[in-house]
Amino acid sequence: MFSNFQIFPEVASSMASKVDAFYFFMIGVSLFFFTLVVLLVTVFAIKFRRKSEDETPKPILGSLKLELIWTIIPFILSMVMFAWGAVLYFDMYTPPADAMNIYVVGKQWMWKIQHPEGNREINELHVPLGTPVKLIMTSEDVIHSFFVPAFRMKMDVVPGRYTTAWFEATKTGEYHLFCAEYCGTEHSEMIGTVYVMEPGDYQDWLERSAVASKSMAEEGAELYSQLGCNTCHEQETGARGPSLVGIHDRQVQLMTGELVKADDSYLRESILSPVSKVVAGFAPIMPTYKGQVSEEDVLKLIAYIQSLSYETAPSDIEATESERTE
Amino acid sequence: MSTTVEASHHSGTGENYLTAGYGLKSWLMTTDHKRIAILYLLSISLFFVIGGLFAVLIRIELLTPAGDLVSADSYNKLFTLHGLVMIFFFLVPSIPAVFGNFLIPIMIGARDLAFPKVNLASWYVFTIGGLFTFAVVLAGGVDTGWTFYTPYSSTYSKTAVGLTAIGVFITGFSSILTGLNFVVTIHKMRAPGLTWFRLPLFIWAHYATSLIMLLGTPVVAISILLVFLERVFGIGIFDPALGGDPVLFQHLFWFYSHPAVYIMILPSMGVMSELIACFCRKRIFGYSFVAFSSLAIAVLGFLVWGHHMFTSSQSIYAGMVFSILTMMVAIPSAVKVFNWAATMYGGSISYETPMMYAFGFLGLFTIGGLTGLFLGALGLDVHVHDTYFVVAHFHYIMVGGAIMGYLGALHFWWPKMFGRLYPEAWAKLSSIVIFIGFNLTFFPQFLVGYLGMPRRYHVYPDEFQIFHVLSTAGASILAIGYAFPVVYLIWSLVRGEKAGPNPWNAKGLEWTVPSPPTTFNFDETPVVTEEAYDYSRPVEGKVV
Ligand code: HEC
Ligand code: HEM
Ligand SMILES: [Cu+2]
Ligand SMILES: [Cu+2]
Repeated sequence: MFSNFQIFPEVASSMASKVDAFYFFMIGVSLFFFTLVVLLVTVFAIKFRRKSEDETPKPILGSLKLELIWTIIPFILSMVMFAWGAVLYFDMYTPPADAMNIYVVGKQWMWKIQHPEGNREINELHVPLGTPVKLIMTSEDVIHSFFVPAFRMKMDVVPGRYTTAWFEATKTGEYHLFCAEYCGTEHSEMIGTVYVMEPGDYQDWLERSAVASKSMAEEGAELYSQLGCNTCHEQETGARGPSLVGIHDRQVQLMTGELVKADDSYLRESILSPVSKVVAGFAPIMPTYKGQVSEEDVLKLIAYIQSLSYETAPSDIEATESERTE
Repeated sequence: MSTTVEASHHSGTGENYLTAGYGLKSWLMTTDHKRIAILYLLSISLFFVIGGLFAVLIRIELLTPAGDLVSADSYNKLFTLHGLVMIFFFLVPSIPAVFGNFLIPIMIGARDLAFPKVNLASWYVFTIGGLFTFAVVLAGGVDTGWTFYTPYSSTYSKTAVGLTAIGVFITGFSSILTGLNFVVTIHKMRAPGLTWFRLPLFIWAHYATSLIMLLGTPVVAISILLVFLERVFGIGIFDPALGGDPVLFQHLFWFYSHPAVYIMILPSMGVMSELIACFCRKRIFGYSFVAFSSLAIAVLGFLVWGHHMFTSSQSIYAGMVFSILTMMVAIPSAVKVFNWAATMYGGSISYETPMMYAFGFLGLFTIGGLTGLFLGALGLDVHVHDTYFVVAHFHYIMVGGAIMGYLGALHFWWPKMFGRLYPEAWAKLSSIVIFIGFNLTFFPQFLVGYLGMPRRYHVYPDEFQIFHVLSTAGASILAIGYAFPVVYLIWSLVRGEKAGPNPWNAKGLEWTVPSPPTTFNFDETPVVTEEAYDYSRPVEGKVV
C-alpha cells in the first residue's frame, strides 16, 4: 500500500510540466485566499467573542470600498486563471502538423489501437519518445474517455464522430491508460498501458509485432475494391462518383453550395451516411455502408483515401506510405 | 440561558401547530406549511439514511483495490442510487422544503404560503417520485450514474432506467410547485412595512433558488423524458446509431444540473446569513451585496453548463466562453464569504452549535469554491475532469457547504419547530466530529484525483489505496458524527428543556411567536418597522 507512494503524478509529456506549473499557481492563489478567510474568521471569533450576555455591538452597514476591493481583485485573478487555462487548452487540442497518427476505437470494454503501419494492439499503446502523436478516436458503442494521467491528457471517445487529441512523450516508461467516462459494467477495467520507447526501439517493436505486413492504407485499398467503391469512384471524369484523389483535408463543395473541409469526420460521414452531405454535381446514389463496415474498417478506408494524392496513382500506395511516415 | 419565558401573550391557550390535531389524517390532509415541512423532514431524513447506507457500502468496497465486497454491476448501481437519492431526494428538497416551508411565511409575517394545497400536493408528488425510486431498487436497481449520459442510458444499460426516469421526472414537479409557491408568497404576502430590503437574507436566497427551480427543472424533466422515449420507443434523439447526438444530452442535462447545484447551495447561504447575524448580534455586512449576489448566481448559473463538457468534443472556443463565465460565477460566492467574515468584525460572537456549523461552512465552502476554479480553468480541468478531484470538489460544496448549512439550520430552528432545546454539549461535540470526519473523507480525494484516479471505478491500481483507506476511515467518523444528532434530537423531543419563543435572542419575526408556533402563526398581522438583523434595538421575547 505504501510502495511507490506519491502525491504528484509522473511527468511524461511535453504538456505535463506546463499543467503542473499552472496547478501550482492555482494552489498558491487558493492557499492565499483560504488562509485569509480562516485567519479573518479565527481572529474575529476570538477577539470579538461574547464577553457578557447583554452586549449590543455597534451595527456596521457595509463599505462600498471593501465590496469593490473584494470583487475586483478576485475578478482580475480569475481572469488570469482563465487566460492561462485557455492557452494550455488550446495547445492541448491543437496537434502539430507533423504529428504521427494513431487510431483508437473504444468499445465496451477495451481499447483497440491501430498504427498506420498496420500494427494493431488491444489495451496497449506503444509510442516513440519525442514524437508528437495525434490520436484519432471513435467509439463503437457508448461514450468512453481516453485518459493518460502521466501525459495530463484526456479526451472523450464518442460514438458517431471522431475526436482527436495529441501528446508528445518526454520520458520512456510504462504509464496508466484509463477510461475516464463511465461506460457500464467493466468501466474500471477498461484500462491499459502506454509504453513510451526510444524511437529505435519503437521501430523494432513495429517490426516485431507486425501481424500482416500490410499498412492500414493497404488494408484500406483491399476493402476499397472488395466493397466496390472503385466501381463509382474512378479516376476519369464522367464516373458516377467524384474522384477521391487528393481530397483529404481539401475543401469540397456540396450540393447546397456550402464548402466543407474533407477531414476524417467528413469522410467517415460520407461512407456511413452519404446522403447527409452530397457533393455538388453528383446524384445521391451512393449506398450507405453503415452496418457493413466496422469503425476500424472505416479508419482503414480513410487511411487509404488519405494516401491517394495527385502525384500517385492508387497502385503506388507503397511509395505514398513511406513518403508520409518520413 | 437557564430560565425560559412562558409562551407569551400571543396565544393564551398553549395550543400549537403540533397539537392542533393528532390523527394520521390530520397530518396527511394538512395544508399547514409547518406540518408539511415536518412531513418533508421525515421523508428526506429517510432518504438521507438510505443514501448514506449506499455510501457506506461504496466506501467499504473501495478500502481495497480489488473488487471484493460487491460485483462490478452492484457497485455501479450503488453509486448511481447514492447520487440519485442524495441529490434529487435529499439535497434539492432539503433546506427549501423543510426550512423554507416552515419559515418563509413566518419570516414575512404571513399565515401560510400563497397556495397551501399546492404545497401539500408538492409533498405527495415528491412521495410518488420517491416510491418510484423504491420500485427501482426492487426492480434490481439502475446503473447509469445520476447523470444518465447517453447513449449508455438510452440504449445500452440493462437496468431499470425507464422507471428511474419516470421517478425523477415526477419528483421534478415537486420542486417546480415549491418554487412557484415561494415566488408568489414572497411577492404577495409580505407583512406591512416589510419591504424587499428589510427581508431576511434567507428569503432572498430562497427567492433566487425558487427562480432556478421554476426555470431549470422543466429542462431536466424533459431531457430525462427524451431518454425514456428513446429507450422505450426507439425514437432517435441521442443515440448515433439511431441518428441522434449523444453530446446533445449533456448540454440539456447540465443546462439544468449546473443551476441545480445552486438550488442546493443558495438556501444554505441564506441560512448562513441568519446564523452569522444572530450569533454575532450584527447586521450582515453589505446586506444588499449579499442579497444581489444570490440573484447574480441564479442568473449566471444558467450560462456555465458547458464547463462540465470541456473534454466532450464541444468546440474549444465554446469551452473558452464557458470557462470565462464560470470564473465570473465564482465572484458572487467570494463576495458572500468576505461579507460574512466582515460581519464578524466588531460583533459579539458566541459559539453555540449553529454557529459551529457556520464556521465549518465558511472553511469548507471556501475550499469547495476555490477548487471549482481549478475545474473551471480549461487546461487544468482536462486532467482532473472525471477523476476524484471532481468528486472531492462537489462534496466540499454539497456536504461541506450545503449539508453543514442544513445541520446549522436544523440546530438553529429546532427549538422553534418543536419547542425544546437539545443538549448543547453533545451537539457541539458532534459538529466537531462531523468536521473532522468530513475532511478526512474528502481531502485525500483531491490528491488521488490529481494522481489520476478516475471516478466511478470499482477496482483501481494499488498505488491509490492509501488515499482510499484514509477516505474510508474518515467516512466512518463522519457516519458516527451524523448518528449523534439523530439520537439527541429525538431525545430532546421528550426530555429537552422548554425553549421559549426566542432561545438565541435572535431578531426576526419567527422569534416573536411561540415555540412551537400556533397554526396561524400570528394572532394579528405584524407590522414591520425595522431593518433585518437590527440588533442595536431591543430583542423581543428575549431570554433574561
Ligand atoms: C453507387 C456508386 C458509389 C459507390 C459504390 C460508392 N460511392 Fe462514394 N460517392 C458516390 C457519389 C455519387 C458521391 C457524390 C455524392 C454524395 O456525396 O453522396 C460519392 C461521394 C463519396 C465521398 C465524398 C467525396 C467528396 O468529394 O466529398 C466519399 C469519401 C466516398 N464517396 C467514399 C466511398 C467509399 C469509401 C466507397 C466504398 C466503401 C464508396 N464511396 C462507394 C457514389 C458511390
Ligand atoms: C464556486 C463556484 C463553483 C465553480 C467555479 C464550480 C466549478 C465546477 C466545474 C468546472 C465542474 C466540472 C468539473 C468537471 O466535471 O471536470 C464542477 C463540478 C461539479 N460541481 Fe462545481 N463549481 C462551483 C460551485 C459548486 C456548487 C455551489 C455546487 C453544489 C452545491 C457544485 C457542485 C458540483 C457538482 C455536483 C459537480 C459534479 C457533477 C458531476 O459530474 O457529477 N459546484 N464544478
Ligand atoms: Cu469507461
Ligand atoms: Cu457546474
